[in-house]
Amino acid sequence: MSNRLVNILVPLISVILGLIVGAVVMLISGYDPVKGYMALWSGIFGDAYTMGETIRQITPYILAGLAVAFAFRTGLFNIGVEGQLIVGWFAAAYVGITFDELPKYIHLPLALIAAAAAGALWGFIPGLLKARFKVHEVIVTIMMNYVALHTSNALIKAVSDGGDNTGAIHPTASLRSEFFQNMTEFSRLHYGIFIALAMVLVMWLILEKTTRGFELKAVGLNQHASEYAGMNVNKNIILAMSISGAFAGLGGAMEALGTFEYASVKGGFTGIGFDGIAVALLGANTPLGVIFGATLFGSLKYGALNMPNAAGIPTEIVSIVIAIIIFFVASGYVIRLFIERLSKKKGAK
Amino acid sequence: MSFLDVLYFIVPAAIFYAAPLILTAIGGVFSERSGVVNIGLEGLMVIGAFIGILFNLFFVDVFGATTPWVSLLAAMIIASLFSLLHAVASVTFRADQVVSGVAINLLAIALSLFLVKKIYGKGQTGFIEERFLRDDIPFLKDIPILGPMLFQNVYWTSVLAIGVAILAWVVLYYTPFGLRLRAVGEHPMAADTMGINVSRMRYIAVMISGGLAGIGGAIYSQSISLDFGHSTINGQGFMALAAMIFGKWHPLGAMGAALFFGFAQALSIVGSKLPYIEQVPSVFLLILPYVLTILALAGFIGKANAPKANGVPYIKGNR
Repeated sequence: MSNRLVNILVPLISVILGLIVGAVVMLISGYDPVKGYMALWSGIFGDAYTMGETIRQITPYILAGLAVAFAFRTGLFNIGVEGQLIVGWFAAAYVGITFDELPKYIHLPLALIAAAAAGALWGFIPGLLKARFKVHEVIVTIMMNYVALHTSNALIKAVSDGGDNTGAIHPTASLRSEFFQNMTEFSRLHYGIFIALAMVLVMWLILEKTTRGFELKAVGLNQHASEYAGMNVNKNIILAMSISGAFAGLGGAMEALGTFEYASVKGGFTGIGFDGIAVALLGANTPLGVIFGATLFGSLKYGALNMPNAAGIPTEIVSIVIAIIIFFVASGYVIRLFIERLSKKKGAK
Repeated sequence: MSFLDVLYFIVPAAIFYAAPLILTAIGGVFSERSGVVNIGLEGLMVIGAFIGILFNLFFVDVFGATTPWVSLLAAMIIASLFSLLHAVASVTFRADQVVSGVAINLLAIALSLFLVKKIYGKGQTGFIEERFLRDDIPFLKDIPILGPMLFQNVYWTSVLAIGVAILAWVVLYYTPFGLRLRAVGEHPMAADTMGINVSRMRYIAVMISGGLAGIGGAIYSQSISLDFGHSTINGQGFMALAAMIFGKWHPLGAMGAALFFGFAQALSIVGSKLPYIEQVPSVFLLILPYVLTILALAGFIGKANAPKANGVPYIKGNR
């Protein structure tokens, strides 16, 4: 069996196994899995409204997935997507509420750039520490998540005079789309999906069509060989973390400028950044794969919201399914072994 | 408030907040010393906290005042069974251990919230009736200055944590078992040649880390939060992970780092009652433990020397 086919089969089998485990958990805990998955299905595809909301949910997932995947390709594990997304969210909302009477074609890009810059800064710090002091990026990015959460909360309180909400952004910075709203029975679907898809293209272009991208991938595959070939490993590490952070920051902008049109004080993490890890993994860290992963996990997450009402099942069941899928994707070796054995048997006949 | 009063106030609080971190960080030391990266500590703590509260609520009538201690035992057993998932993935299935750890974290919080909603019909359990209480340690409490600072009004769980840290140090550095465990994490092929079963050692190490993180989580939930909800553990496991690295994968180092983080956490919580510190905006106190961690990692400990084979699955016959 060709390698390519196996690479596609592993995530597919993982998804199926994840759904089966989810069904078993529902059975054991006394719920009806058929009813549960029906509720999930109609929560995703039920009508125009839910479909609009599903795509809306997929949008930040694509960007969070790109962020994780991009860092992965340079051999870096960016758990800090969550924090980079949060600072991007605040930066976009801040630009959105601050500047008045700017034309849309300046205000909106400005807000997006602010979000990307904030995220990039939040990625730059762990990148710099990794390159300069060899501090493990996993630990630093985890710590940066908490710093982002508390700092953005404090900033939101500061700009709203002690309130817990920045207030609505000016319409000139909004991504909302009347066209989409009319099409989807007034869901919150916004133009951000085009930005997310454009970024997929950007990541592909950087990685596949530029010298810089080649260097980034080379550093990810073998640091020592890259260094020996004359590449500046440290510079590439810093750059990869910054670009990764910029993607994540844009993910935050999607929430700030599209979904909510404000930033509010958060009691805990949004979870989008952590799910981005799952998205990137399922998509094998490729730009196209990320679209696939984001579509699946975004749909599952949004559809799950229908499960408590329609089937009386807690939404957490979907998080369990997602965790199991990651578990199996990570354990791809066993699935590969299984596929190989299976195809060998067929070959023998 | 005099300087000594401040110390009497902040030192016990620091030790109190450090206890769950110490135990979990020691768990991490065991796992990573054997060569298995364990980012799943957070999830294992979540399981421990959940089982601790659940067991406490269900069996408080049976065990009375000893319930929290019996709950610790239950949390230890269930969490070490749960950590088997991580062991199977990273040792037998040769999974990327960081990713498997992330899956453990997601699964732990999802599964325990799912069960909380199933059992209680809401996202949060009720509060427990029996919790860990403060006590004076006989004899030691009478030492001047140190007595009131360290040995009066302490939790026995803090004593347990420090005891476990010392025990772990002895086990890892002065027993054949410890030598084997460290050998497996440094050079598994050499260990294998000497007849040590690499996979079995790693399974044992991961289960020890699960058990200790479970106890850590149960101590946290039964002495600090007193109930279980989605934000009960909220990053404690990651702090423990940082403490382990900060402590250079050494049990006593990890304990020291955990005490330092406990101090930073205590400062962010009780700081508003202390002179001078009360004027600092709360956000700075909130981010203090994290910023200090980053600075400490960047500046003070120098190059981190992780166990050589940390994170690398051992495949027999591969060079």
